[in-house]
Formats: sequence, C-alpha cells, structure tokens
Amino acid sequence: MGSMPERLNIKVKPADPMEVREQDLIRRVQAGEKELFYQLVKPYERRIYAAALAVLRNEAEAEDAAQEAMLKALTHIRQFRAEARFSTWLTQITVNEALMRRRKAHSEIMEPIGERQEEDGTYTPRDFADWREIPSEVLERKEIRQKLASAVAGLAAKYREVFMLRDVQHLSIEETAETLGITQASVKTRLLRARLMLRDMLAPGLGGSWFGRLPFEKGNKPW
Amino acid sequence: MVVNCEHVWTEISNYLENEVDSATRAAMEAHFKECKHCTAVLDGTRNVVQLYGDDRLFELPAGFSQRLQRRLAQQSSSWLYGTARSFWMLAVAAVALLAGGVALGNSAVFKQPELRSEHAKPSHKIPASLMVAVSTEGKLFHVPNCKYLHRRDGESPELITASEAMKEGYTPCTRCLHQYLRSSVECPRVQPGYEFAFRMWDDNLLPPGF
Repeated sequence: MGSMPERLNIKVKPADPMEVREQDLIRRVQAGEKELFYQLVKPYERRIYAAALAVLRNEAEAEDAAQEAMLKALTHIRQFRAEARFSTWLTQITVNEALMRRRKAHSEIMEPIGERQEEDGTYTPRDFADWREIPSEVLERKEIRQKLASAVAGLAAKYREVFMLRDVQHLSIEETAETLGITQASVKTRLLRARLMLRDMLAPGLGGSWFGRLPFEKGNKPW
Repeated sequence: MVVNCEHVWTEISNYLENEVDSATRAAMEAHFKECKHCTAVLDGTRNVVQLYGDDRLFELPAGFSQRLQRRLAQQSSSWLYGTARSFWMLAVAAVALLAGGVALGNSAVFKQPELRSEHAKPSHKIPASLMVAVSTEGKLFHVPNCKYLHRRDGESPELITASEAMKEGYTPCTRCLHQYLRSSVECPRVQPGYEFAFRMWDDNLLPPGF
C-alpha cells in the first residue's frame, strides 16, 4: 500500500500594502485618471533626480531631464507591464532621457581623464584605513551628505552611472546592463572599481577625521 | 583553495553581492581573518554600499516637487483641453457637413426637376446645348420641326437649350429624340425624316455612324 502524498504546505507571501496601493494607482492612471500620476512617482522623486544627476552632473539640467522623463512616463503609462518594478521603469526612462541630453550636448569631452582608462586592469586600493561600520544616522548631517554626493560626482561617467543604478537605484545587474546598453560583465567590473574608488575617497574621512568633533566631543571635557 | 590580496580585491564586490562560489567564499573568509588590510577594504566597501543605498542621501532641490506637480498638471490639462477641443471641433465639423449636405441636396444642381409628365422617361446623355422646341402646355421637348410638338393655335414653339428644358421638367420626345432616352441607349435610332434636324443644329452632336 502506497503512502499518502504529503500535503503541500505552501505559504503565500502576504501582499505589501504599499505595492497593492501602487498597483491600484497604476491601473487607475492607465485607465485615464492622469491627475493621480504624481502620487505614483512621489515616492521615487529622489531616486529619479539622483539618476539624472548621476548622468548630467548639473542640478538644473538634472531637474529638467527628470521632469521631462516623468512627462514621457505619463504619456506612455499604458506601455508599463507589471512584470517590471515601477521604480525600475521610471529609472530607465530617466536615464535614457539624461543620456540622450548628454549625447546632444557632447559633454563626454568634459569627463575626467579616468573615463578613458581601461577597465579590465585590477584596481589596487590606495588606503587601508580602518573604517568600521558606521551608523546610518550620519546621513542626518548635511556636510556628510554633501561629501558623499561630491565623491560620487567625482567618478568618471561610466563608473558613476553603473554605481548609481546598482547601488543607489537598486537595479539588478541585468537591469543596469540593459539600461546602459553594456554587458553584465562590464557592469560587474565597473561596479567593483566604483565601490573601491569611493571607499578610497571616503574611508579616511568617514573612518575618523570627519567625526573629529562629534556632538558628545564638543565643549569642555568633564574630566 | 588559498587566495591572495589581489584576488580578494577583484572578487570583493561579487562577495558582497553573494555571487562567488562556496570555495572562493570560504577562501576569502579565511583570508579576512588574517589580513587587516583586506578586512578594512571589505568593511569600507560594505559601508559605501550601505550609505549610498539610503534614500536620504540625495536631497531634492527646493521646490522640485511643486515644479514637477505643476508640469504634470499642465500636461494633463492640455490633454483634457485638447480632447475637449477636438470633440467640439468634430461636433462643429459634423454639423457643418450636415448643413452643407442639406443645402447642396436642396440646390438646383442636385435637385431633380419635377417632371411635367408622370409617365415621362428621363433623358440620357443629351447634349446640354442642343436647341430644342417646347410649348407652354407641352410635356416634352422636341427637335424644332417635330410633328408631334403640340401647341395652341397661333402659338410659336419656344426654342431653348436641352438643359433649360430639362430644368423646367420637360422630357425628350419619344419619337424625335428617342436616342436620348435611357431605354434606347443600346440601340439609338432616329425617326425617319428627322435626320436633317440634327444636322441643322450641330453636326458634331450626332451619334457615331449617323
């Protein structure tokens, strides 16, 4: 006598209320309620702006490109398919818009020398300063945010774009490659170099010197 | 498997992405326990990924949201305005076409004249400038000397063009203008004795072989 088949115990992942709301909004905008579109993009405003800024490196141009990209997204909202994340779709439209503007402006010639460097050579870290895990509260400090932003702005375009899409926009390696029209192997190589270069730029400061005057260290010491 | 520092640096990104095989991972972890430099690089790279992945890092320029909202609203309203304008333009165009169609339909160009005879047969391809004879009370138009042209005593036939005669509701005489009746198109014929009438007005209008 054969044993009874075990009953499958499938746990259905509960739907994220935010995702459900987003999908509902997408359906309504696609059905014609265009005025709801801003509610859809509002959670991603920073990412969209950051993606445009990563390509164009100019605040005014980045804002205009981000706005234009959102208008295009609104125009083509019916083409969005649920198999992709909405945020990824917005990011890809924004990066395409920004890349198109940069090509028109021929601004590649203004890129740092590092842009033309070969990317297959190994990268040797310049600094081995100990940089232990730091609390995310440091991002509340404006000067820290500015230093991080200027560090990434100092990267050559090909590293900056890959880093922004993968580590800031959280696109997958595949999505990043597709958006930029490069191979996944190139994405991985550029990502490695971008991360190591940023670490080199930030480790000495974030590892200690920028925190020389933390709040608890200010004023006269009680001892 | 043993890895050196250079190997670790090339794989450190994949290590953080969890994209190295188990043997390499084990070898790298063993290396980190002994190499402070590579541990510092690992910690620092992880910090970079963590810090830049935070949404708070990039601040929006002041007024960015308001400007974006305004532009999206302008686009939506221009669509609405465009749709409404297109609708009204279509509606106006439809009314104009309808009115024009009615006016044209009522115009003399398209209006079929009321025939004087209920039994008359409409003419077919009759030359518009052909001079024909009509009488006041008659229903047909004829070649001028047709013997079937009825008129009151003392009344002389009026000579008008065929097109004028048709506008007034006259129809071709079934005898002298038989070839211009629709039923005789395939077999035109002229009553004997009336051939001269056609020659008299316009030789060019005669049917081929006449």
